[in-house]
Amino acid sequence: MSFARKTQLDTEIPTASMPDIIFMLLIFFMVTTVLREYSGLPIELPRAKRIEKLKSKRHTSHIWVSKDGLVSIEDKLYDVKSVRNVMYEKRVSDPQLTVSLKADGSAKMELISGLHIELRKADALKLNYSTKTAVD
Amino acid sequence: MAGKRRIKGGAIPTSSMADIAFLLLIFFLVTTTIDMDKGLGIVLPAEGQEMEIKKKNILNCLINSSGQVLLGDEPTPVSEINRVIRQKIKENNKLIISVKAHNKTPYKSYISVIDQLKMANATRISIADSD
Repeated sequence: MSFARKTQLDTEIPTASMPDIIFMLLIFFMVTTVLREYSGLPIELPRAKRIEKLKSKRHTSHIWVSKDGLVSIEDKLYDVKSVRNVMYEKRVSDPQLTVSLKADGSAKMELISGLHIELRKADALKLNYSTKTAVD
Repeated sequence: MAGKRRIKGGAIPTSSMADIAFLLLIFFLVTTTIDMDKGLGIVLPAEGQEMEIKKKNILNCLINSSGQVLLGDEPTPVSEINRVIRQKIKENNKLIISVKAHNKTPYKSYISVIDQLKMANATRISIADSD
């Protein structure tokens, strides 16, 4: 009897601190969550093996390029020539800016080269070709 | 008995708090996008920073409109670029690979070439304007 009583006393898990633990987890996820800002264009990203992760989402700006040659920044369509002005303003407000180029695999290099030139003129030199991981 | 109950029930019921917090937690867990953006990183040269390079240190890598690659003077399959470049860098560590793509080259062919160069640990890559 005395043995059984002892075990009954010890098995109660204190639940009083459970909400605190869960709230802490909750706050962690609330702080780290970055909601998807822009929907972009429908694209099929190319695949590559030697990929690297982008360091920070906050210092990243996306340019979408569809296979039809549409260029979209922040859900607005731009002409290749006006990318310079848009990116220049972004570059001025954030010196650590990295441009993530989300281009469709079937996009023509003509357009990509044009974007290279525009980005160079806008002084946004850190570029990342967004790709998916290739399976060996 | 009654007194005991009052002491126990005096507090705000906290048993449902955990459930509410769990619900919020699950919402944020679901909406959090863990898949970070990834891709091939390069740094473009600044405007007006062109410099002259000795001809022997340049290896031209031309990509035609159907994605075939001409490495120097040799037509090379894309999967072989890695090995060939590795060899050439071993011979000359000042080698700069100049990638030139035709205007009608699909972007994915260009990416696979850049990927191969990255695999060969080629740090000096020049991206020429296609003309």
